Amino acid sequence: MNFPILSSITLLPILGAIFIFIFNNKTNENKNVIYVSLFTSVVTLFLAIFLWCVFDKNSSEFQFVEEKNWISGYIKFKFGIDGISILFVVLTAFITPICIISCVNSVKNRLKEFLIAILVLESFMIGVFCSLDLVIFYLFFEAGLIPMFLIIGIWGGPKRVYAAFKFFLFTLLGSVLMLVAIISIYWITGTTDVTEIFVIKIPVEYQYVLWLAFFSSFAVKMPMWPVHTWLPDAHVEAPTAGSVILAAILLKMAGYGFLRFSIGMFPVASEYFVPLIFTLSIIAIIYTSLVALMQEDMKKLIAYSSVAHMGFVTLGIFTFTKQGIEGSIFQMISHGLISAALFLCVGVVYDRVHSRLINSYGGLVNVIPKYSLVFAVFILGALGLPGTSGFVGEILVLLGAFQKNFLVAVLASIGVILGAAYMLWLYKRVIFGKLEKKELTELKDLNLSEGFILFMLAGLTLFLGFYPNLILDTIHVSVDKLINDYQMNLILNTVK
Amino acid sequence: MQNISLFLPEIFLTVSLLLTLMIGVFFKNSYVLVTNIIYGIIIALISIILNSFYDSFKLFSDSFVSNSFTNFFKILILIGTFFILIISQNFIKETKINYFEYPLVLLLSVLGMFIMISANDLILFYLGLELQSLSLYILASLDRDNLKSNESGLKYFILSSLASGLLLYGCSILYGFSGSTNFEVISSNANTENTGTVFAMVFIIVGLAFKVSAVPFHMWTPDVYEGAPSSVTSFFAVVPKIAGIAVFTRFMQIPFSEIVDQWQPILIFISLASMILGAVAAIGQSNIKRLIAYSSIGHIGFALAGISTGTITGYSSSITYISIYVVMNLGMFACIFSMKRDGKYCENLNDLSGISKHHPILSISLLVILFSLAGIPPLAGFFGKFYVFIAVIESKMYTLAIIGLLSTVISAFYYLRIIKIIYFDDENKSFDKIKNLGISTTLFLSSLILITFFIYPSFLNNIIETLIIN
Repeated sequence: MNFPILSSITLLPILGAIFIFIFNNKTNENKNVIYVSLFTSVVTLFLAIFLWCVFDKNSSEFQFVEEKNWISGYIKFKFGIDGISILFVVLTAFITPICIISCVNSVKNRLKEFLIAILVLESFMIGVFCSLDLVIFYLFFEAGLIPMFLIIGIWGGPKRVYAAFKFFLFTLLGSVLMLVAIISIYWITGTTDVTEIFVIKIPVEYQYVLWLAFFSSFAVKMPMWPVHTWLPDAHVEAPTAGSVILAAILLKMAGYGFLRFSIGMFPVASEYFVPLIFTLSIIAIIYTSLVALMQEDMKKLIAYSSVAHMGFVTLGIFTFTKQGIEGSIFQMISHGLISAALFLCVGVVYDRVHSRLINSYGGLVNVIPKYSLVFAVFILGALGLPGTSGFVGEILVLLGAFQKNFLVAVLASIGVILGAAYMLWLYKRVIFGKLEKKELTELKDLNLSEGFILFMLAGLTLFLGFYPNLILDTIHVSVDKLINDYQMNLILNTVK
Repeated sequence: MQNISLFLPEIFLTVSLLLTLMIGVFFKNSYVLVTNIIYGIIIALISIILNSFYDSFKLFSDSFVSNSFTNFFKILILIGTFFILIISQNFIKETKINYFEYPLVLLLSVLGMFIMISANDLILFYLGLELQSLSLYILASLDRDNLKSNESGLKYFILSSLASGLLLYGCSILYGFSGSTNFEVISSNANTENTGTVFAMVFIIVGLAFKVSAVPFHMWTPDVYEGAPSSVTSFFAVVPKIAGIAVFTRFMQIPFSEIVDQWQPILIFISLASMILGAVAAIGQSNIKRLIAYSSIGHIGFALAGISTGTITGYSSSITYISIYVVMNLGMFACIFSMKRDGKYCENLNDLSGISKHHPILSISLLVILFSLAGIPPLAGFFGKFYVFIAVIESKMYTLAIIGLLSTVISAFYYLRIIKIIYFDDENKSFDKIKNLGISTTLFLSSLILITFFIYPSFLNNIIETLIIN
């Protein structure tokens, strides 16, 4: 493979953004801008799917590796993907066109700048999942803050400034410690190339501190309790497309980071900190589910449910069992689809009624049946009903957790019930009941683009629920290797 | 004779300065003419220096050094001066301070910096420093009829003279204890048992820290930056810092190279204090020049963090940092010089409110510059910090690294606040259209460098590292 396909996928959206930035003709400007950005993101999607097809699922090695001298003498530019990262690349490439289509209805001013921000953000996100070098990873990880800050701040709701600042500063504060850790790793091992670090192995005495530094960054991004408070604010204030990207992809960077870096580089420390992660995950699952029950704002409710779902992800990752880790990855992908769809659903009614409060709705099934149908699919997916993708992730995580710690698994299962409670109650209050509010009687059902996006996402949710192997087949080998390496490292350490 | 030709940049600068002074005296309203001549002088100087860039020699019984290291700084200073003259030209004409003395005094201070950087002897060093400082006092009070400008000039003069005095005191002690004013001789006599040298070192560091406005010797900076005309502020914020860091590096590298353990804690303290104060104090500012003053204090803190390691990696990282800082600040001031509403230049942050609607290009450049100042990747400012922290962590100074990085988070807050004012706030009246090729070119170049730096980030650092090793 000589053609640098990963860099092409990463660069393509930025090229599209530059094209939009430079060539703006005044007539039909918005239309052209949408077409160009949609075209770019769809091409990226096709490239990503092509990559998935030619990807060798039976190899645990990193594939499509690209290596170049970057900071000479210090750091190499290294790209490569394995079974885990390819899925996130595809997810990113899949969500972005959806965002672009959705913002046609919702973004009224400065559409051009909005699309530029989305495309640039897509590049950075793909870069995060492709990079095999810590510095490159950090670069993309942090760079994503800039467009997201602008998306929340410029196109957001009334409290957007507060939300944007909180988002930016929380994440930055978490990440700077990771930067210190990365540079320390460079001086300890002499490289920042992840694959080489896996071989060289970081001495155990350093692992604990470094693990905590990485954890501080990933925990904020994930977000884990108690540093999750930026997420509800950011979600509520962000425009629909921003919320979708935030929930579907940005949160996954942290889960991916745990899998790729924390477990791979610091196995001993990871094992040591399992109780911490389990505690925080259980608190996240139960506490934020309870908080979600009491929310009056639909977006806030979904935001809190995201925190709970991410609790399952961290729980699954740190069981270090095959089921647990595969479940976490599946949960991340499935949450990426379902939460994106839920935010889109909220966006649909928000564009019409301009309210996100649950109180201002009720009885929608009488006026917009199609909408009620897809909304039902996503609600059921989010609460993990068998037959939807949400179920597969949760059951695998719980399987993993039961092997590791009975009490934790039981508590997590309680979280599943609470999840069902708040989701169904939300659905009941918004969709069922009598149609009492006059302004709702004139509501229009899904238009063509909304219908297309939502039905496609609903189809995917159901499809993955019935045929999870589409995802699982890709990750089996890589997860096996991850767990084997991890256990090997632990054994080596105890032998010492 | 061969040697004298190598001393050419300084000779050329002095002679052409005096000749241009004649032109200024004999022609009326000769500001534009003089400035144009000075552009020529600067370009000629750059080419002279580039011509003998790698030549290394010592002159006047080893009191004057010229090598690729000093040449690099000289070129950086000339580039900074060149762009500052270009971007401030309109401002000077419109605020009626277009005296022909302005570019000349500016160049005179550049001459001082040249001598200061090349000095290998305490006496020559002090002469250069004073030539530079005296020119800067005059520049600060250039706007003769403005009370604030006069105040800032006077304030700067009094405080800076005090610092010069301390520095001179340090120099004389150093001479007393080492028996020579030559840097290399001092270096060979300096050791940790020699308390006099350590004592002198403290005084010299105080003097130098004052000149680069590092905490706790920063008090003058906000007032002088605010009071002086913006054109002069832009010069203050860029060029003397380059010279200051160069001199700092030279002092730490040559005369004080043997007493690293003695000066390291002092520099770590100065650098930490500057980073924290620069980050915290800038939050409350509403005047953009004051804000830049505090932000520059913070940036100097980072540059000094690199020097405080006392390693080659450290020195080169701080030089890389200051070079990137120059690019960012030139862009920043190019933006400030295009903030003009109803014929008056704006200095208040709130004047920027919502300008992204009317001035998309200006605001996107400001966006890039501010994120770069905040040190967010993938912009150049991040790499400046990255190199510094690589050096700092190499020397195992974890506290410095962590506190430094936390202070970048605090400082990110006020940079974000400016971005918030530009992009999130309600729109204000648009600025006057400014058609100035110089400003737009500077702005474009600076944003371009900041954005594309990540493609080949080791370019600058590699050059600098080889310079230092030579």
